[in-house]
Amino acid sequence: MSPAVLAGAEVFARSWATAVIGSSYVPMTRAEVAQHLQDLTERLVEALFATPFRTAPGHEIGSRLVDAHFTGTDTLGRTVQLLGDDLLVELGFPGDARLTSRLAALQGALAAGYARALRERTLAEQEAIRAAVLDARDQAESMLRASEARFRAMFTEAAIGIGIAAIDGRILDVNQALQDMLGFSVEEMRQYNVRDLMHPEDAGSVWRLYDQLIAGECDHYRAEKRFHRADGEQVWTHLTLSLVRDDHGEPQYQVAMIEDVTDRHLLQNRLRYQALHDPLTGLPNRALFLERLGRVFNNRAKHVRAGLCYLDLDGFKVINDSLGHDTGDQLLVEVGRRLDHSVSGEGKLVARMGGDEFVILVEGSSGEQDIVDVADRVLTELEAPIRIAGHELSVSASIGIVERQLSGTTSADMMRDADITLYWAKADGKARWALYDPERNAREVARFTLSATMPRALERGEFYVEYQPLVRLEDSTVTGVEALVRWQHPEFGRLAPDRFIELAEETGLIVPLGRWVLRKACEEARRWLEEFGDAAPFVSVNLAVRQSRDPELVRDVKRILDECALPPHHLQLELTESAIMGTADEPLEALRALCDMGVRIAIDDFGTGYSNLAYLKHLPVHELKIAGSFMEGLRAENEEDPVDAQIVATLVQLAHALSLGVTAEGVETPAQAARLLRLGCDTGQGWFFARPGPPENIDSLLRGDL
Amino acid sequence: MERPNWAPGDIDLERPSVARVYDYWLGGAHNFAADRAVGQKTLEIMPELRGVVLNHRAFLRRAVRHLLGRGVRQFLDLGSGIPTVGNVHEIAQAADPEARIVYVDLDPVAVAHSLSLLGGNDHVSVLHADVRDPAGVLASDEVDKQLDFDEPVAVLMIALLHFVPDEEDPWAVVGGYRDRLAPGSFLAVSHAGYDETDVETDASVRARRIYDRSVTRMTFRNRAEFTRLFDGFTLVEPGVVRVPAWHPESPADVEESGERFPGFAALGRKAQR
Repeated sequence: MSPAVLAGAEVFARSWATAVIGSSYVPMTRAEVAQHLQDLTERLVEALFATPFRTAPGHEIGSRLVDAHFTGTDTLGRTVQLLGDDLLVELGFPGDARLTSRLAALQGALAAGYARALRERTLAEQEAIRAAVLDARDQAESMLRASEARFRAMFTEAAIGIGIAAIDGRILDVNQALQDMLGFSVEEMRQYNVRDLMHPEDAGSVWRLYDQLIAGECDHYRAEKRFHRADGEQVWTHLTLSLVRDDHGEPQYQVAMIEDVTDRHLLQNRLRYQALHDPLTGLPNRALFLERLGRVFNNRAKHVRAGLCYLDLDGFKVINDSLGHDTGDQLLVEVGRRLDHSVSGEGKLVARMGGDEFVILVEGSSGEQDIVDVADRVLTELEAPIRIAGHELSVSASIGIVERQLSGTTSADMMRDADITLYWAKADGKARWALYDPERNAREVARFTLSATMPRALERGEFYVEYQPLVRLEDSTVTGVEALVRWQHPEFGRLAPDRFIELAEETGLIVPLGRWVLRKACEEARRWLEEFGDAAPFVSVNLAVRQSRDPELVRDVKRILDECALPPHHLQLELTESAIMGTADEPLEALRALCDMGVRIAIDDFGTGYSNLAYLKHLPVHELKIAGSFMEGLRAENEEDPVDAQIVATLVQLAHALSLGVTAEGVETPAQAARLLRLGCDTGQGWFFARPGPPENIDSLLRGDL
Repeated sequence: MERPNWAPGDIDLERPSVARVYDYWLGGAHNFAADRAVGQKTLEIMPELRGVVLNHRAFLRRAVRHLLGRGVRQFLDLGSGIPTVGNVHEIAQAADPEARIVYVDLDPVAVAHSLSLLGGNDHVSVLHADVRDPAGVLASDEVDKQLDFDEPVAVLMIALLHFVPDEEDPWAVVGGYRDRLAPGSFLAVSHAGYDETDVETDASVRARRIYDRSVTRMTFRNRAEFTRLFDGFTLVEPGVVRVPAWHPESPADVEESGERFPGFAALGRKAQR
């Protein structure tokens, strides 16, 4: 190829590159494209001048254009046009007929080769992209199959029960775990509707939520639910129900995940049973009883009234201590069994509260008699002796009964009242029932209030002493005065000794109270002594049983007498018969000591107790006070009761025989005074002479003001 | 992403796909009637569109060659599409047969095609994944098999991020990849966009509207928004430029369109820590 031709080819190649660049993407630089087209141009020029002339290179050039990705729709047109217009001109042979003809043939071949190559490339690429689509679909499907397989495996192998149902409740599929749990096969389950799985113990919320879920109002919920198994047993489960919606958000399926918690449930039940039952007797324990009682109160709509028997065995401690705890326990078991046996039925509960205390709850009682009947039945049931380890044990029980309307009271009130009533039954003699009595309770409460407030009352000076004259019948001289303690209670007003002395004895407060009275009386006696000299009366002070046994008594009396500088014979101590008679030696020692000191001793209320008359003569006693009850028959002006008169006469004679003085209490009429004088009685005391009053009254008496 | 990633993708040949329409514009035949219909229609309205597409593709070639020149041998091509001609592995492995490439695309057909094309090429992997999930892509077996992140890796996002709208935070997506890269790694991005002073032609607006409606929505970004993609990178000369103006192979490649070209390109190098 001549240099001129080569140069022409290079110029053409540059024009060619400019014409086709940009018609499609070719992964080459502009220079590379130019070089590539230069190669093709040279190949074309070679073919143009070749001998023999062949068109095959034209095919090849067309094909190589496509290979280089000159695939744009404009490429071929521009190429063919440029060849025709410019190539021969650039090569320096414009208008050469032979070359023009050869070029036309090569143009045709190039177009044909390009078309064939492009067709092949296009078909290949189309096939490739379609294959890619198929591959992609296969891939997607295999992923879908894999994911389906995964989910199927999960469904099948899951340890948790899974069920799928249509929105109308038709069961569509259940996994193996659920089949095992309920004991039905898939086929059997498919016969069921979800609603067939309703259980009578289901909470109302389970099916209310179900309806909401089916309606699409909620997407899932959890619940505790029981199912019936095919074999009739029950399964306790945790259920999670979920709604599956379609692409439009409409409810499509429901999926249930069901976990078998039967074992856990039974364990819980057992633990609960153990927590709420007494292991010895198997009866409900205190906790369960209180829970049931609480429920009765919370459900007042169901029952208007209820009753309680609070029961305690009599003398159980003795059995326990003498025969051993084992026997005691067996006894409790048998008692529990008998109680349970005698009190069976709906709405009745027997519980062991602890120790030997049992309680019976009767819900929906119609009145006290209902509970009294129960108590009678229980007492009867316990009458038959109980044989334990060769012993025939007779037991009895005391029962406190409370029966009332539930409104206006509380479970705590009821328990407390039953407990109090049980105490009454014990106090009233055991082996019986006692019925709660609000008035008795009020009294006891008042007593309790008194005994609780007494120590403070003493500190605050709420007590005071009144004096009642002891008058010599012979000449109406006031020889002595009896000191009588009173309580000015801030709430209950003026209280006589009978309201609080017994309480003070129980609480032990009688000792300081008695000491206070003694001191008060001695001070008063000292004042009278100073004012009235020999005419001054002695003071007679009551000594409670407990005081008489107080080891400090003698020392207390001596100290008070000393401090008041009161001669001992100005003090008389009054004791009841029982305080003196039925005692051991020590109090007697004390009395002797007091007697030796010069203090007078009187027996109060003589004739009402059981005195050992033979013993009387050895006692350090100076005075008998005949109880006021004997004065009744001497009271009337016109006639007297001969028996009372005889008794009084006898007592006077007895006293005088023992060299004792006699004082008659409760003298209220002149007739009584006259008769007593006639019967030989030394001293009288009573309203006829004077009522108890402040010490000033005595002053007046002594001065003769009255 | 509502659909879990194991679920089959949507393979609907009646719907144009980004990858296949792109292939059509590049002169390929890996496309279907629906793709060609959109491709033709947009070209009729905006004949210069073909040149735009070609220029993005040419930037890929220039960038890869540039990176090879800098010694980079690992490439992560995000949104690789349908490998028509002039693919990254062809360019890279021509220079060094040991070069490693991972292609990532969301289009299952593009992925399937890439796989069939690359059968037997051990140094190339194709990952079917959403490039908007950097953590997922970086944790994949494919990436793990080919790429050593202790060594420089070039992340390529050619004509990709204009398909990620602002609300999906393309900057964060880029950040997700950047944080995994060793210092000395590179990021190459080309992106449709304008300077604020540019006036978009009516034809371009109409073509875009058709594309947005029938293929997928595009987001054009300005120079500042584009530049922000390179946070944490140092821009390689000449910095952010119109796509044809990035290391052109000849002055003729730039021409006057270099001033008006609707898109930016840049290469960034991750700084030393």
